[in-house]
Amino acid sequence: MNDTIERQEYLQQLVHDLLGEAKKLGASAAEAGVSSDSGLSVTARLGEVETIEHTRDQGIGITVYFGHRKGTASTSDFSPEALRDTVRAACNIAKFTTDDPCSGLADPELMATEIPDLDLFHPWDIEVDEAVALCVECEHSARELDPRITNSEGASLNTQRGLQVYGNSHGFIGGYPSSHHSLSCAVVGQQGGSMQRDYWYTSARTPGELEAPAAVGRRAGERTLARLGARRIGTRVAPVIFQAEVAVSLLRSLVGAISGSALYRHSSFLLDQLGQPVFPEFVRIQENPRLPRGQASAPFDNEGVATYAKDLVTGGILQSYLLGSYSARKLGMQTTANAGGVRNLIIESGNLDLSGLLDAMGEGLLVTEMMGSGTNLVTGDYSRGAAGFWIKGGEIQHPVEEITIAGNLKAMFTGLQSVGRDEERRGSIRTGSWLMAPMTIAGE
Amino acid sequence: MTSPCEIARATLLTPANLQESDLNRVMDHLLSTQVDAADLYFQSSRLESWVLEDSIVKEGSYNIEQGVGVRAISGEKTGFAYSDEIELNRLLEAGRTARAIAVGGGNSRIKVSGGASVPAYYPSMNPLQSLNEVEKIELLRSIDAEARSQDPRVTQVIASLVAVHDIILVVGSDGSMHGDVRPLVRCNVHVIVEQNGKREQGSSGGGGRSGLQFFLDHQRALAYARTATRQALVNLEARDAPAGTMPVVLGPGWPGVLLHEAIGHGLEGDFNRKGTSAFSGRLGERVAAKGCTVVDDGTLPNRRGSLTLDDEGVPGQRTVLIENGILKGYMQDRLNARLMGTQSTGNGRRESYAHLPMPRMTNTYMLPGDHEPEAIIASVAKGLYAVNFGGGQVDITSGKFVFSASEAYLIENGKVTHPVKGATLIGNGPDVLTKVSMVGNDLQLDEGVGTCGKEGQSVPVGVGQPTLRVDELTVGGTNY
Repeated sequence: MNDTIERQEYLQQLVHDLLGEAKKLGASAAEAGVSSDSGLSVTARLGEVETIEHTRDQGIGITVYFGHRKGTASTSDFSPEALRDTVRAACNIAKFTTDDPCSGLADPELMATEIPDLDLFHPWDIEVDEAVALCVECEHSARELDPRITNSEGASLNTQRGLQVYGNSHGFIGGYPSSHHSLSCAVVGQQGGSMQRDYWYTSARTPGELEAPAAVGRRAGERTLARLGARRIGTRVAPVIFQAEVAVSLLRSLVGAISGSALYRHSSFLLDQLGQPVFPEFVRIQENPRLPRGQASAPFDNEGVATYAKDLVTGGILQSYLLGSYSARKLGMQTTANAGGVRNLIIESGNLDLSGLLDAMGEGLLVTEMMGSGTNLVTGDYSRGAAGFWIKGGEIQHPVEEITIAGNLKAMFTGLQSVGRDEERRGSIRTGSWLMAPMTIAGE
Repeated sequence: MTSPCEIARATLLTPANLQESDLNRVMDHLLSTQVDAADLYFQSSRLESWVLEDSIVKEGSYNIEQGVGVRAISGEKTGFAYSDEIELNRLLEAGRTARAIAVGGGNSRIKVSGGASVPAYYPSMNPLQSLNEVEKIELLRSIDAEARSQDPRVTQVIASLVAVHDIILVVGSDGSMHGDVRPLVRCNVHVIVEQNGKREQGSSGGGGRSGLQFFLDHQRALAYARTATRQALVNLEARDAPAGTMPVVLGPGWPGVLLHEAIGHGLEGDFNRKGTSAFSGRLGERVAAKGCTVVDDGTLPNRRGSLTLDDEGVPGQRTVLIENGILKGYMQDRLNARLMGTQSTGNGRRESYAHLPMPRMTNTYMLPGDHEPEAIIASVAKGLYAVNFGGGQVDITSGKFVFSASEAYLIENGKVTHPVKGATLIGNGPDVLTKVSMVGNDLQLDEGVGTCGKEGQSVPVGVGQPTLRVDELTVGGTNY
């Protein structure tokens, strides 16, 4: 712990020195961010250790402003000469960029004045041998599940701890430590001549909140087995459920469409929708950036602006965009403390669990995996590869593969029928499964 | 002229005052009786980028990255550590960490010496200095002006210019030392058009392993601006894409992403050694129609995916993957080649010193056949003609792959009729090429913008193909 405090003081001093160097070189304003992480990554496959990686990453980035001209540089080399070169490179770039009235630091009165402890730092002092043993246990529980599990990509344990520090020439400087741990497993099953692979993982800020290794392995094995015998279905229009893990990607599209850079470039299908209904009335979506132990929690954003909880959607109405100070100025608005992205997005759950949603759908497609990137955020046109299960009478009939699902995100959002209470909580976006209005499924 | 290896030594070892005797010492520490192989990977990378938007160059950035990765291999086990400081004590420390993979002691003595020189497929130049700043900015402005002059419906042009100067040095436990200097440039243009409240986008770009002059030669940058604008305007007129299984004609060049996803990844050595690929154990079998020959070729001069040396010091090669429809070979790095009892094919690649090498593609393409592209289109009664794509993805175990069209047209009665919206195409890797019934005589390689992701690591790659007719592919439109 003392090491961490010392390291943070060292990084804050670096930021301080860089800002001073920028000022010396004539910059009217500057901001700098540093990150420093270390960790261990271990993989075991077929019961034996496969890789042991010790990771240690650091980087420092500085942006300088000469009036409204901007230059940026970064380095992984923290030697005094490299740091000086980096500031000089940023200043040199600013000589050639064009004056942009919207560019600059966030407004000084928005800087975080206190940095609350969000309980993000729970380092794991695990020995390599111990980590290997957990991976072996995890993979074993997947492989022993069923003789049809014939092969494995192994199980991996990852643990990381790090520090973030940011400062700017308003006099703001702040930092905080955080940790992140995960355990994952992927196995291959075989039935007839065909193979299927699936995986499961657990992730948390503290090791104690990770799912047990045997449970992770078992889930990976069950998911793989469930996919065996997958087949195509005929082209049709049918209702679709996005299981919670893949429903996350729909909220990610929402984030992309209401983020400042897409809006000021007029490249969003949700342009000018503030105050308009974009979901049915039952939908409430919040951002909670200061959630204790949250996967994406942060006390301030990438510009030092204090983060705050807010509703993005209430009663189906779009309440807020996601803006940093640059896009806010471009739009004639105020930053929403979202420089660097969204932090803990949560959609309110309904009453039904997944099987309740399946009953409500009756007949249709349960999507459990998506492939490819076929989302056009300018128009909302949506077309992606999918795999999952065909549902009839609320029951799984058979696994499905090699199909696509298509529609338009705007209509998909307004046509949302129900959000399950089977909440996916492992990432920066939390959601239950989504029951959608009918979509086009292309297959045989 | 100074050799790439001399440049790499001067850049990476000299400033740290590292002598050959120091490298011998690190290797001696790293090797034990149970370590089969080890390597040190030194890297220094400089990246510069400029972005134009709203008709002004509002952003530029410069990135310095350097460090050394230390790897020890024992059987199927790998130990790995790295340091972003190139310094003897750090090297020794990383070496101790990496060798912990193997139990037992005992040293073997290694003498590091230079490796044989190999033919270079690109110049040992620094592309950051190939144009001055004013010229770089002028280039971006000319792209903006060209795009906007095409049509008044253009509302936004985003253009970027990136140059990377990458210098690597690989020291192997066989005593070899190889250096490579890798220039890489890239230019991207993204255009938004608007008409009666309806908006669409188009993109284009290119690049390769050369200087920025590349974009001025043949007015390439201006051609990207015109292509992106044309594509955006075409998409403005696009109708809903069809849904279902139908014949698909893929245009030449970038649609070769089909080969990268459908078969390329499945033929990487690691998946085949582990038996997790849908192509595992299928060497010598028919996996494509007669007339289909697919190669992975790291030796094409100045191409984005080309490698004079791979990241394990193995010279870039041309590897035949499929010959006249028959599966001939896998792409290998040293580890997987050794475990499969074969040779590396020069496909050992890593994103940086902080990542482990794996078998990866370089430039993957299909050789031309003898059909005129017009005749291929004319052969289709009802189907899709897809000429541009975004990215793709593959599940190597089930073999299912997708790739997303960003510019496509309907074919009706042998004629290209009207544009349709982008749609994802999905198929099964091991049999999609058996459905290729016509191969065009118009082989093209892509413009040089491809980036491939695998296990979280990104590397630059190339793809290419002639016009192809695939008799059956599932098109993920909405119109059913």
